[in-house]
Amino acid sequence: MGPYFRIFCLSLIGLLAAVEGHSAVIRLVPGQSIQSAVDKASPGDTLQITAGVYKQSGIIIRKSLTLIGEGYPVLDGNMEGNVLIIAAENLTIQGLKIINTGKSNMDDSAAIKFFDSKNCVIKDNILENTFFGLHFSNSSGMTITGNQIHANAIREFEVGNGIHLWKCKNSLISKNKVSGHRDGIYLEFVTNTKAEENYVEKNMRYGLHFMFSHDNSYIRNTFKNNGAGVAVMYTKNVLMKENRFEENWGSSAYGILLKDISDSEVIGNVFLKNTVGIYMEGSSRIQFTGNTFRENGWALKLMASCDQNTFKANNFTQNTFDMSSNGSVVLNTITENYWDKYEGYDLDKDMIGDVPYRPINLYSVIVEKIPAAVMLWRSFMVTLLDRMEKILPTMTPDQMIDQSPKMRPYDYG
Amino acid sequence: MLKLLKYALYDILKSRFALIYTVFLALVAISIYQVSDDLSKVSLSLMNIMIMIVPLISAVFATTHFYNNLEFIELMLAQPVKRSQVFLSQLFAVIIMLSLSILIGFGLPMMLWGADSSLITLLAVGIILSAVFTGFAFLASVMTRDKAKAIGISLGLWIYFSLVYDGFVLYFIYSFADYPLEKATLALVMLNPVDLGRILMLMQLDISALMGYTGAFFQKFFSSSMGLLIAGGTLMVWMLFPNFFALRVFRKRDF
Repeated sequence: MGPYFRIFCLSLIGLLAAVEGHSAVIRLVPGQSIQSAVDKASPGDTLQITAGVYKQSGIIIRKSLTLIGEGYPVLDGNMEGNVLIIAAENLTIQGLKIINTGKSNMDDSAAIKFFDSKNCVIKDNILENTFFGLHFSNSSGMTITGNQIHANAIREFEVGNGIHLWKCKNSLISKNKVSGHRDGIYLEFVTNTKAEENYVEKNMRYGLHFMFSHDNSYIRNTFKNNGAGVAVMYTKNVLMKENRFEENWGSSAYGILLKDISDSEVIGNVFLKNTVGIYMEGSSRIQFTGNTFRENGWALKLMASCDQNTFKANNFTQNTFDMSSNGSVVLNTITENYWDKYEGYDLDKDMIGDVPYRPINLYSVIVEKIPAAVMLWRSFMVTLLDRMEKILPTMTPDQMIDQSPKMRPYDYG
Repeated sequence: MLKLLKYALYDILKSRFALIYTVFLALVAISIYQVSDDLSKVSLSLMNIMIMIVPLISAVFATTHFYNNLEFIELMLAQPVKRSQVFLSQLFAVIIMLSLSILIGFGLPMMLWGADSSLITLLAVGIILSAVFTGFAFLASVMTRDKAKAIGISLGLWIYFSLVYDGFVLYFIYSFADYPLEKATLALVMLNPVDLGRILMLMQLDISALMGYTGAFFQKFFSSSMGLLIAGGTLMVWMLFPNFFALRVFRKRDF
């Protein structure tokens, strides 16, 4: 059955429904089979699922229905496979509580799994103890909003992703809460999608993880205390605005790890208490403006493979190291930032320091070259060396400087 | 012995130095507490100060104390008391005074503004370092007859352990960067009480996540009971060995 035929059928059904001119509301009580209700319903109908426990899984929906839960009915998957499997257009799922999917990587068991769907709304659902939470493939125009997705696996391989999109486009992911999954939000080959105001915390691996997902924007999300922070790769044209990356602390955790990201903007984000605020390699032409880096181990790890990036008007306060790099070639611009470690002066009172600031200190260069040297950290000698290097720079990359450091921090709230 | 210790302690406590040292430490601690509100930052800053100041003061003070009390010591040696008792009473008096200063100077602000396990470790490390460097100072004092020379040796040891040794370590690590160095660096840490104290402190703080692979290796070592035993044993050796040698020299010395 080719896609055209399918669209033809669906539109025919839609036409018939429009001709008929009414859509039925079907009420379901615990004990009734959701699958048979779905089979009986005609497109456009509403299934009202009343409160109670429905121990059913593998429910397949292929028509545009509206599933509404009253008082959060529980769909218990009984630890077997998927709970809802959907391939439809204009479908709405709202107010359901779905628990206990199977735990298998063979079929990627999910609470709700969408294939080849269009313009569906998944709203205000509660997902607990699911392998994958919401799983979408080859779909477009999805609205995923206000869902609470929580798993409580102990180890990374025991659980899938919270919100998983593969080969999707034109979707909106907003106001969801995801915790305890492998990746909070996982996007692969997803384009023109917006993620807004999601709260993603305590996931095993990454809070947000995307690859080959161009032209997306991430606005006002919070990624907190995830196993390894946020990692994004092989993507261009990304907008990240006013997100918070917090408390991603551990020996290989990052506020955000950027690998091969280009032509993007990172604006007004807050990086708080991460081991590494931003780690970037192979990334080009990214604008970093108005970000706040506070209380991180390293605010910035800028590998020498990055070029033409601009760091402008950011606040760097109370970080252990402001910056480190693994090479001496500098192809990036760093300008007009505020650095709390800056010790220069401002004779002409234009609020811009008269001497440039060097964000890389000697010790971080040494540690980057010889990791074992970390044992001398905080020793008297290292302090002395750093002082000397500040006065007479010899080893630190001499291009890596902020020519116009601000005297006062920017007020980013 | 106890009587001797009592007199030696009275003597030290009467001198203004004990008071000044305590007040100095307290002022440092108070100002650090005032500046930063985060406990782990406080212990980091206190550690920075302590690693440098405590060995220095201990070394200099113990040496001057020994020479200032040389006449008293000679007088006592003329009495029917054991030489070792005379020596140990002086040694313990100095160690007790230095430890008390740290306990009061750092401890009082901690009681006022709160402390955690890392700050308790800090106190312990401070006391151990005091004992170690007092031992070195006494060793230097009994080996020479000249006060200036003894102070010189004490200061030399201080510079060696807080600066020169780390320079050697850095050079060593730099030269052998291609080899797996974790165990070697661990051994190197053991060979310097100041470094050992510093690493023990750093491992207490969550900042150790910044220390990468080597840090993780150290963390694993120092959090195992075996590692703690070895570290404690090493510190014990560092405390006993200079004092023991000083005692031996003192016993045979011709005054």
